[in-house]
Amino acid sequence: MIEVNELTKRYGSKTAVDHLSFTVRPGQVTGFLGPNGAGKTTTLRMILGLDAPTGGAATVSGVPFRSHPRGLRHVGALLDANQVHGGRSAAAHLSALARSNGIPLRRVDEVLQEVGLAEAASRRIGGFSLGMKQRLGIATALLGDPPVLMFDEPVNGMDPEGVLWVRRLFRRLAAEGRTVFLSSHLMSEMESTADQLVVIGRGRLIAAESVPDFAARSTRLSVVVGTPRAAELAAVLTAAGASVEVEGSAGTERLAVTGLPADRIGELAFENRITLHELTTRTASLEEAFMELTADSVEYLAGQPR
Amino acid sequence: MTTLASVAPTTSAPPVAEPPARFRDLLASEWIKVRSLRSTPWTIALTTLFVIGSSAVAALADYKHIAEAGPATRQPHDFLPFDAYTPAGYMTLMLVACSIGAITVVSEYSSGLIRTTMVAVPARGAVVLAKAVVTAALWTAVGTAISLGSFLVSQAILNGQHAGVPLTHPGVLRALVASALLAPVCALVGLGLGVWIRHSAATMVTSVFTLLMLPTLFSQSERWSADINHTMVVAAWKRLVQNWGPSPDAHMFTATVPGSWIVYALWPLIAVTLAVAVVRHRDV
Repeated sequence: MIEVNELTKRYGSKTAVDHLSFTVRPGQVTGFLGPNGAGKTTTLRMILGLDAPTGGAATVSGVPFRSHPRGLRHVGALLDANQVHGGRSAAAHLSALARSNGIPLRRVDEVLQEVGLAEAASRRIGGFSLGMKQRLGIATALLGDPPVLMFDEPVNGMDPEGVLWVRRLFRRLAAEGRTVFLSSHLMSEMESTADQLVVIGRGRLIAAESVPDFAARSTRLSVVVGTPRAAELAAVLTAAGASVEVEGSAGTERLAVTGLPADRIGELAFENRITLHELTTRTASLEEAFMELTADSVEYLAGQPR
Repeated sequence: MTTLASVAPTTSAPPVAEPPARFRDLLASEWIKVRSLRSTPWTIALTTLFVIGSSAVAALADYKHIAEAGPATRQPHDFLPFDAYTPAGYMTLMLVACSIGAITVVSEYSSGLIRTTMVAVPARGAVVLAKAVVTAALWTAVGTAISLGSFLVSQAILNGQHAGVPLTHPGVLRALVASALLAPVCALVGLGLGVWIRHSAATMVTSVFTLLMLPTLFSQSERWSADINHTMVVAAWKRLVQNWGPSPDAHMFTATVPGSWIVYALWPLIAVTLAVAVVRHRDV
């Protein structure tokens, strides 16, 4: 469990994180979303006690993380896969970390096996690809077998097989009852991995809710209509109060209709004796919901005299 | 989901079985870091060769002088401290030791590894202290080997003219210990500055300037200037190696031996204390 309460960080006159409050619960994968510069990494650093907040507090399992003399058994974190010394082997890097926390060294071999780096254990990290460094970072996070895990952009640089693996790993860690907190700018990744979302923009909370609830927020819920008499139907629907956009080229065009549900569109077509070839409700993707909500927040903030 | 438990299933054990946080675990961890870098043994080997080589060169030069002066000047010889401990060789040792001391922390800051380290060990002061202890131990061992090597090589050469002295000769032990401790003193100063400054190039310039260039700005002919000069590590080392006292007729102010030992103790103590204090309060 991660609890963030009124967390604030200012750098001079710039406010990176602004009275942010949310809770990340165990047993679920929680996605942490926000556009670049939204304050995600700063928030993760404050949770980990690396940066001191200007105001507010963050606790992990009920206590501030920095109150632990040793951290690996409490929280596993991957902040940036490049935060390693290129001159050391993967095994030496993990051994030094394990030793500092009194973790038996056999655990190093176990986590290297688990992330698929057993073959590369004695190779210098400097020669690793970004995907391999991400795997090493995940191995570091798993080292202490912690109940809380935090990952900042973990799939960057991973190949499709790696992305699939990491997605399954996160699901499994959550199924084991752990708290999994995952920041990403890849919305599609969140759609297939996360149960819950924490969305921030400009350091402020935009949403903290389940993935379906978040997707449903989008006002761009539209219905796609395929018909040979597109122009006629468009006129009818517009007259009924919908807004219609024509997609595709002439002859195969479709209408993207917002403002009317699919059943109403079907009725209107029937009443006007217009043949329909397709009538599909398009649920807004997470991406669209996200863009819309963060764009709102940006506009709202920019319009405010400060 | 059809994911199979892979090789090592990480069962969700609550952190009850946590062993107590022991400082010696941190020492072991820092030692692994030092040991696992290829550059460490190379740097130490090259430095050792260079410093002992510089003693051999100085001893050979004096060997020639004594030989050219002929048998008339033959008399029981005193210890020739700056043949065994050449300023050029030992200033190079200072340079290397303070750089490597600085690199132990600066390399973590520049790569970002420091964040991984501080998440693993939130007790930041203890991390810096462990680094300091490991650095001090390593460089005391290296410094002792170099100092002993310098002495033995130079005296073996001078023995060719019956000008060598044994270890038990007055003044030898002090010179040997002061030269052995020069390396850890400088390594700790470099480490402290590294935590303070965090940037590689700036740390190098600052530590070299402070340890090697700054002392040359203060002469020993004025009281106030000599007082500042005597607080410098390199001046303290020269005073402790030198086996003669202040000459009464010279217009120079000479540092005292106890004062020089205090300088040796204070520089690393202040550097490490400041480093521990600053690392606790600053964002990583």
